[in-house]
Formats: sequence, C-alpha cells, structure tokens
Amino acid sequence: MAEVEGGGCELFSAGHRACGGCGPALAARLLLKATGKNVILAASTGCMEVFSTPYPETAWGVPWIHSLFENVAAVASGIEASLKRQGRSEKVVCVAGDGATFDIGVLCISGAFERGHDITYICYDNEAYMNTGIQRSGATPYGASTTTSPAGKCSPGNLHQKKDMPGILAAHGAPYVATASIAYPNDFMQKVERAINTPGPCYIQVHTPCCTGWGFESGETLNMAKLAIETGLWVNYELVNGQVEKAKKVRRKPVEEYLAKQKRFRHLFKPARQDDMIANIQAVADANAERFGIDIKRKESSE
Amino acid sequence: MLEFMEGSHAVAEIVKRCRPQVIAAYPITPQTHIVEDLAQMVANCEIDAEYITVESEFSALSACLGASAAGSRVYSATTSQGLALMFEVCFNAAGMRQPIVMTIANRSLGAPLSIWNDQQDSISLRDSGWLQFYAEDNQEAADLHMIAYKVCEDHDILLPAFVCFDGFILTHTYEPVALPTQEEVDAYLPAFSPYQRLDAANPLSLGMYATPEYYMEFRYEVDRAMERAKQAFIKAGREFGEQFGRDYSALVEGYRLEDADTALVAMGSICGTAKDAIDEMREHGRKVGLLKIRTYRPFPAQEIADALKDVSTVAVLDKNISLGNGGAVGIEVKTALYGSGAAVYDYIIALGGRDVRKKDIAAIVDLAEKGKGDMFYGLRTEVL
Repeated sequence: MAEVEGGGCELFSAGHRACGGCGPALAARLLLKATGKNVILAASTGCMEVFSTPYPETAWGVPWIHSLFENVAAVASGIEASLKRQGRSEKVVCVAGDGATFDIGVLCISGAFERGHDITYICYDNEAYMNTGIQRSGATPYGASTTTSPAGKCSPGNLHQKKDMPGILAAHGAPYVATASIAYPNDFMQKVERAINTPGPCYIQVHTPCCTGWGFESGETLNMAKLAIETGLWVNYELVNGQVEKAKKVRRKPVEEYLAKQKRFRHLFKPARQDDMIANIQAVADANAERFGIDIKRKESSE
Repeated sequence: MLEFMEGSHAVAEIVKRCRPQVIAAYPITPQTHIVEDLAQMVANCEIDAEYITVESEFSALSACLGASAAGSRVYSATTSQGLALMFEVCFNAAGMRQPIVMTIANRSLGAPLSIWNDQQDSISLRDSGWLQFYAEDNQEAADLHMIAYKVCEDHDILLPAFVCFDGFILTHTYEPVALPTQEEVDAYLPAFSPYQRLDAANPLSLGMYATPEYYMEFRYEVDRAMERAKQAFIKAGREFGEQFGRDYSALVEGYRLEDADTALVAMGSICGTAKDAIDEMREHGRKVGLLKIRTYRPFPAQEIADALKDVSTVAVLDKNISLGNGGAVGIEVKTALYGSGAAVYDYIIALGGRDVRKKDIAAIVDLAEKGKGDMFYGLRTEVL
C-alpha cells in the first residue's frame, strides 16, 4: 500500500458513523486531503451524508451543504455563480453516490455540465443504493444480487450493464473526466487536484467498495478495490477533452477471483456454478481491457 | 411618476432595482415575460447579476438555494407545473431558512392542462414554510417584492417568500405603475447581509439530518418565524408607506366594511372586480364590503376575526379547491371566525381562468344572503 501524501491534514474527522471498513468514508478523507481547506462541498442525500452529519455533529472541517437527493449539481451551480459574483476563490465540489449520480440526479448534472459551471463532481461509486438497504442502481454491475435485483429461481441477479457515466459526461464537453479507486489513494488525490484546478465542469468516479452491501469482511475493502482493477472489471482512466489519456495497466486475473469473494455474486457459484453468467462477466472485463488497452504485454512493466 | 406598462415588466423592473446577485429561472407561461425582461437587463448590463439558464424549475430553485447559502441575494419566478416540480425544494429551502424571493404568476394545475389563472399552484404549497403575499394589481405586485426581500432577509425571520399575482389577468395586463428610482429602492432595501453563509474561512455544515430528538424543534422554529413575520410585514409595510406613500402595513385590508352586513373575502386581482361590484351594490343600498387577504402565509386569523366581528354573513371567494373539502381560504376563514356567530359560505370560482364579472360577485352576495353557499359558482351544467 502506498504512503498517502499530505498525512498531516485531516479535514474529514474521525468519529463519524460509517460502518467499519467503509469505502466511501476513506474516499471522503482522501478527497479533503487533496482539496485542502479552500473548498465548498455540496453533498447529495446518501450514505456519506447520513454517516457524517447527524445533527448536531459533523465530520466536515470545510463548508458543507446538503439539500436533497437529486439536486446537488444544481445547488453547486448556484454556489459557483454566487462565488463568481462575489469574486471568491473557493473551489466548488459535489460529493454524491452512484444512485444520486447515475439515476435520480442525471437531469441536474446534465444541466450543470452543459452550462459549464466551474465545479468538480465526485461520484463515490459503491454500485447500489446502500443507504436504503442495497437496492440496484444504474451503477450496479451485471450479475450482482441486490435487494431489488435479487438472484432467485428464475433470475441470476441484475441483468443490466453498468451505465457509462464518464462517457456521458465527457460527451457534454467536460474538459476532465476520470475514474479512480480508493485502492490507489495517491492517484485519486492527484486526479482530484487536477479536476479542481481545471476550469469548467469535471467528473471523477471513485470506486468505493461497500463491505455491508457487497458482502465481504470489513478488513478486505482495499483488497476488493484492488481486485476490481486487477480483473479489469474496474478501470482507472482519464478522459481529457473526451479522449482516453491514461489507463492503468494490469496483469489481469480471472474475474472469478473478484466475484467469488463477495456475497452479491455468491449465487454464481452456489448451489450450482453458473458458467454462462461468469463468462458474461469475464466478457465485460475483456471488453474493458480492449477499450482501454490495459493488458500488460510480455516484457512491459507496470506503469 | 406613473408609467403605463405590463405587469410582468413592472415586476422585472422592481426586481432589477432589488439587486439580486443570482437569478435562476426556467420559462413557463405566463411567467415568461418576467424572466425574459430580466435576461435582457443582464444582457444589457443594466443589472449586475449571474443569470443561470437552468434546465428545469427543480434546478432553478435548487440553484437559488445554493447561491443563497453561499451569500447572495437571489431571485426566481415560476407558476403552476413549474411550482409543482419545485415542491421538494420549496420545503427544503424553507427548512434551511434561505430568504429566497420568488414571483408566482398564478396559474391552474393539470389535468386537464390549462395555462389560465387560478391560485391552486401557490395555495397547494401553503404548508411548505414559504411566506405568501397576494397582489391585487400591478402596482401592489411590484411593491410587494421590495417588502418581501425586507421581511425574508430580516434575521428574525429568514424564510423564503412567494409574491403571487394572477397569471394573464395581471402579468399580461398594462396598468399605470409608479416605479421608484434605484436610489429610492436602495434607501428602502439595504444590501443583502446573510445571517450565515458557506465560507472556507468559517466552515459550517448546512442541511444536516435530524433524528426524532431534534426534528420537531426545527419545525417549531419555522412556525415561530412565520408568526414573527406578521409583525415584520407590518413594519416593512409601514416603512414602505412612509417612503413611497403607499401603505402596506395591514395583513388584511377592508373595503367599505364599516357598516357592512355582508362581507366578501378574497385574494388577488378579483378584489378589484369585487370593489367595483360593491360600489354598485352600495348604490342600491346593499350594505356589502370586502376583506382582502394580503398575506395568506402567515395566515392573519386574528386580523380577519377582528375585521369581520360585526358582519352577519361572509362569502369567501376561492380560486382553488382542496378537493374533497372545499376552498382552502374558505376553510381557514371559517376556522378564524369559529364562534363569531357569522354565517360563512365558500364559493369555488374562476378555476382554470373562468371569467368572473361584477354581476357574478353580486350573484354570490345574493346567494350568501339567502344562506346558499359552500359550492362551485359558475358551473356550465350543460357540459357536465
């Protein structure tokens, strides 16, 4: 595990109410290490909002506002316009989960990105509605069992592919779009710094495994995030002005190594192994590898 | 000096002089002329504001909320379906105590789709925590915006407000309006001084969630602020009168009520028609008057009870309906007059832009005096 830079500065304080091993909580901590103090955060309703701000306690050492589930990009648009009018220098950053980002908030995000507000939008992607009890979202991967896409006698779990939000926002003309993972904290923090210092609307989707929702031991959060990358099911890449600029290369492992460790995919292995479903998921990883060119060829070292 | 202008233009001219720093709005009939005028003023550098052309009314009010929390005076305008789309943000903005002023160009709600006037839209938001002021004419519509900013931004109040004026009937109608100069408005309305704001130098968390241990107290505080808003409105209305000669220090306003046996109660532009109808009925010896409600929220129950203490019959004109229980204003006037001995009748009128004339007002007075009411007035029974 790499040393995390900026270790002395803790703007996201301990003592919040997240589960042990919470991926999003780690993302929040890293995010503020990267932004520093001169920032205003706008949060959507969701796990992070709830575990960090039960009145009268707050974990946030920077100005923070929560309005509703689906309007964070619009609230941030207003904040940015206000700061511009006042000649103030704070950076405006949205923090929202995948449900708020991929599903209910798309209208507001699309409007904010089309108008070109100088905001950075961080989506912490734990791949389902975790705050309400693990229901599927547009970010839930193919084959995952959630409480609203349960595996059953006649269903193998979620049958929809994960929505390509980075692509959608890049298509809005966003100058900088990136994916990141809490397993690679320095990479995430560097991307945050680049985003907040890039004029215009920028988007970072950070993979934040949820031990409660995915069903793995709470000490395994970072390993799970790393396995997602190593299997090619999650790719860390940057889209600069719409073009793939950098994607993390890996020596890929079979997707089974990732799937078999999580309860949400257990139905693919027990009571009977579902080879077709596992093959379909392997095909997702293969397509990712092809699209982003992440496979390390012989004699090529990891970047 | 009186100038002849459209209601929407008068409102835009006054909003400009109130110096909002951020405007966020989405076009919807019959609000459009206001936001078009403001966009042109921004384009001409007549107003020093950010104008956010949002993709929906939902985002319009959300952006206003963010800008207000960041420390700017904000403005929006909407109506009908647009206000319905804002429903969630309305409750949120009031609970977060943001002093947003928004014009409502009153219009009916679908289905069936109707672009014409009634007051169902704003009245349906009566429980949202927004102050609601209703204008009788375009002068009052313009003036109420200045008063609204003053009341909302008072640190003892900190609530948002609707300034309501009837769609088309006022928004698209030309009337003589006295527009104050920028210097006069500045003298009345000081620069925005936020109670608190998002600021890196003083980090606060706004919009936290509350468990059952705290939630009720937040709601109680909003209700107390609503109550205090009565006095704040009276004070702001009196100061307005002292400076501009048009006094708005009353939450309700009586017209020829002194010796009246029968009183009409109404809000908005219908009051003008009612006053003319009353003048004609008075010529025929009928002792009829009008009580105009200017502030629907906070609801001036005591003021209504005091103003109507000597009348025997009350006819409430409701341009809305709480389906299943009559008109919303009628229900509340009956509550305010409980035990007074007056016979109170409610009339659902003018829904979806159905025209109401002086003769209709006179017919309603006749019905009330015969003890007939709590009914729709003006139904076309032949199409039922």
